[in-house]
Amino acid sequence: MRQRRQRLSPRKVALLATVPATLWAQAALAHVQQGGVSGLLAGLQHPLSGLDHVLAMVAVGLWGAQLGAPAIWVLPVAFPLVMALGGVFGFLGLQLPGVEIGIAASAIVLGAAVAFEVRPPLVIAALVVGCFAIFHGHAHGTELPPGQSALLYSMGFVIATGCLHALGIGIGTVHRWSWGRRLLRSAGAAVTAGGAFFMWKAFS
Amino acid sequence: MNGVMALRMRARIILFCVVAFACGPAEAHLNATGMGPVYDGLLHFMSSPEDLAAALALALLAGLRGAAYGRRAMFTLPAAWLLGSFCGLSAAAASAGMLASSLWLVLLGGLVVVDAKLSLRSMTALAALLGLVHGYLNGTGMGFSVVAMVAALGLAAAVFVLVVLVAALVVQLRAQWARIAVRVGGSWIAASGLLMLGWSMRGV
Repeated sequence: MRQRRQRLSPRKVALLATVPATLWAQAALAHVQQGGVSGLLAGLQHPLSGLDHVLAMVAVGLWGAQLGAPAIWVLPVAFPLVMALGGVFGFLGLQLPGVEIGIAASAIVLGAAVAFEVRPPLVIAALVVGCFAIFHGHAHGTELPPGQSALLYSMGFVIATGCLHALGIGIGTVHRWSWGRRLLRSAGAAVTAGGAFFMWKAFS
Repeated sequence: MNGVMALRMRARIILFCVVAFACGPAEAHLNATGMGPVYDGLLHFMSSPEDLAAALALALLAGLRGAAYGRRAMFTLPAAWLLGSFCGLSAAAASAGMLASSLWLVLLGGLVVVDAKLSLRSMTALAALLGLVHGYLNGTGMGFSVVAMVAALGLAAAVFVLVVLVAALVVQLRAQWARIAVRVGGSWIAASGLLMLGWSMRGV
């Protein structure tokens, strides 16, 4: 009778098996590259998550298409390079005053440039775009989600920005037709209106 | 007393079995494909954006310059990468890897943007230097073993395939807009490198 009591019950066996198995649990490898992938996705998502960013990026493409070669590719090249500089400031924690205002102003000015079909010299156009790119880059740099891969996040938002420019250039191809030119100028006016709304939000 | 001893023995056996079966494979680099070191090396390259982007930028640059440059890059870069990996196998992990990688991205991306007219000799030197530096950085920390050497071989094979495919694709581009698109891609790489540089400076 005493011997029967000392036998291991199924419950004790299960307990003995469960405790060490739990303690020896291995790291889940199903998503080995999770950090990297989510860094890229977070970067891709960031410029698309704010309409103010989207408006300004598309306006760069629209303006480039309106100005024609070589501005059509100089502006989309200048923007990410200067934006990266702004991103570096953001990564380093350097404060830039009025970032939201700068982003809203970029939509207003670039939209107005498209609406009024402004044709400055290439250098001036690149400088205008570059100045605003600093604000966009800074916003992306400071908002790097914790624990993300900085390089993949950077690549993500650079690629997303480039795609938005390409979208603007694609829409801007209607410039060759007279109705397209009117449509483009209307789109510029709409971007300016959107920028004005975000400016009002930045101040309120 | 014998019964108690027998119970303890059973408990130990159960515990031993659970621990023995619960242990997982060593995942030192979390890149184990389960298909051997060649594929591990290949995957390591494919999942390292800083290596991938640098090799991509060189392939774009070589492709823009023409078939002779592409042919030179497709053999020089993987060979130098392999040599660099072998040199780095016995070295400890390098701390300045991120800084070096980011500088390479800025340099190569910048050369693609300006469509630099490099001589064939300069291109060869650039490919050799890039391969040696990145290969060395890949090799460090892997430990000097046959498995690591085979993994380095897989890595070099992946570099070869990437350079061949990308350079061949770019070489046959004739349309002006397509070549401009390649240069815009270079600006994205340079911008990502600049951001990575900022991130590495933050790390310092």
